Amino acid sequence: MKELRLMKGNEAVAEAAIRAGCDGYFGYPITPQSEVMEYLMYQEPHKTTGMVVLQAESEVAAINMVYGGASCGKRVMTSSSSPGISLKQEGISYIAGAELPCLIVNVVRGGPGLGTIQPAQSDYFQSTKGGGHGDYRLLVLAPASVQEMADFAGLGFELAFKYRNPVLILSDGVIGQMMEKVELQPHQPRFTKEEIKANTPWATYGKTDDRGRNIITSLDLDSHKQEKHVTHLAEKYQAMEENEVRYEEFQTEDAEYLIVAYGSSARISQKAVDIARAKGIKVGLLRPITLFPFPKKPLAKLATQVKGILSVEMSLGQMVEDVKLAVECKIKVEHFGRYGGIIPTPDEVVAALEQKIIGG
Amino acid sequence: MSEITKEQIRQPENLVYTKTKLLTDKALSYCPGCGHGTAHRIVMEVIEELNAQSETIGIAPVGCSVLAYEFMNIDMQQAAHGRAPALATAVKRLMPEKLVFTYQGDGDLAAIGTAETIHACNRGENITIIFINNGIYGMTGGQMAPTTLPNMKASTCPYGRDVVTMGNPLKMTELVAQLPGVRYVTRQSVHTPGNVRKTKKAIRKAFDMQKENKGLTFVEIVSNCNSGWKMTPIQSNKWMEENMFPFYPLGDIKVDGQLVK
Repeated sequence: MKELRLMKGNEAVAEAAIRAGCDGYFGYPITPQSEVMEYLMYQEPHKTTGMVVLQAESEVAAINMVYGGASCGKRVMTSSSSPGISLKQEGISYIAGAELPCLIVNVVRGGPGLGTIQPAQSDYFQSTKGGGHGDYRLLVLAPASVQEMADFAGLGFELAFKYRNPVLILSDGVIGQMMEKVELQPHQPRFTKEEIKANTPWATYGKTDDRGRNIITSLDLDSHKQEKHVTHLAEKYQAMEENEVRYEEFQTEDAEYLIVAYGSSARISQKAVDIARAKGIKVGLLRPITLFPFPKKPLAKLATQVKGILSVEMSLGQMVEDVKLAVECKIKVEHFGRYGGIIPTPDEVVAALEQKIIGG
Repeated sequence: MSEITKEQIRQPENLVYTKTKLLTDKALSYCPGCGHGTAHRIVMEVIEELNAQSETIGIAPVGCSVLAYEFMNIDMQQAAHGRAPALATAVKRLMPEKLVFTYQGDGDLAAIGTAETIHACNRGENITIIFINNGIYGMTGGQMAPTTLPNMKASTCPYGRDVVTMGNPLKMTELVAQLPGVRYVTRQSVHTPGNVRKTKKAIRKAFDMQKENKGLTFVEIVSNCNSGWKMTPIQSNKWMEENMFPFYPLGDIKVDGQLVK
């Protein structure tokens, strides 16, 4: 039976996490994502599923609690917004290095610094190119609706365990705060002790006589071994590029021009496509759903069809670099964005398309 | 009289000590004379006595004991610098039936990990913190620690710690003892056989209390760093008795939730 609710994006990801069999949430309040932990505390899932919800003393502590929990083979998560995600970067690097599965939600606000509490997409570089130190990647999912905020909780955990890698839901203040209808998935039980033993034999749940001790670490003082380890990570990221690219195309069949946008910018751009089409401009939209791995191949294919691409982001232009790389600069690629917490209108997007791509 | 061979000596009836199976056979990476090896041994001996190998998760810090997991034959996690109490918090909350401890040095626990330590203590997490205080950053080569004594020399205070510009040493153990969630706090040492026995007893008490869900237990071990202090092991133990103990007096600070007067 379908279970439909009207929810905020922040509430949807929290409810979906409980239903996905999440074992633990560790967070610290920050606008515009505080509803995630508020919702979880109100629901008291420890009374129903046994899920632990803990307000940590800092984002640094929260991400390290995630490290501790993930090391035990548990489904654990944290959420925050931009400045808080910056604080988590140390922990994220360790988690990636130690190959631990976990879910991280970033409800992005404008930066740099304390910036603003209004929505932005200016954490694209941090999310897709590293953020913390060392050679690593996160698998980055970019929801464009409250429904996807809910869907990506379960998908995020699934991918995190598939690759033993942190998965980041890169949302923004629009998706986190707006209310939409959302269809919730049925409850999935938390892992049993037997499942943890079988599915995550590397986890630290206490050394038994039938195996050697399990160690979770990101340290190897032998550089040759460390190089081998990083090569192994690279192979994982390569596998993600081959298997996990997700994207959506909208009115691209006959498109002469293309807009590339993710998250709330994609919602705005979809409306912009309708307005432009009504004016006779044949434009389509490609919405990357995974930002890493980035949909390079579909973009390269569309580059043989369209005359120019406009990358629409709520930033100074970050994803636009990946768009240029994907099409190998063979066609014109321009950026349009509002930033610092300002959300572009569909009309502004159409105007930018006309000026920068069609007329430019 | 014929000479006694090694084989003759190594008879079961002559055996007075065997290494616990909860220590691996890997040679310790600690400097000769350092207290870490003894501290490792007694922690593992207590876990063996409790028959708790399969129930124990240890958290290693960053510092000299970063490689504790190479020597302790139990499941372990290696934390980022200072974050061990945060890891332990999650491990214990998610698996309350397990025995969870952190093993941390003074830089890890009392400088970079101050927030994680104080808040885990304040929440009364049902974990045990083993705190090795040798007043210096050993692994990075003898820099000033939060616990370095006034006027004590270190590589980043080569003329001695000037408390006016560098601050006073931080007594984290006395500090956390004030928090209601912390139920047992003691300060011990491992520089003589008698002290080793006392410290082992303290660790046993801490783990026993954890098994009874009594709240956070905290065992400080004042130790030496002969390399960092630029002394021989014997000199360093003497120096520790004469200088560290007056500032960091040994003994129980809080027992069963009550501060010791």
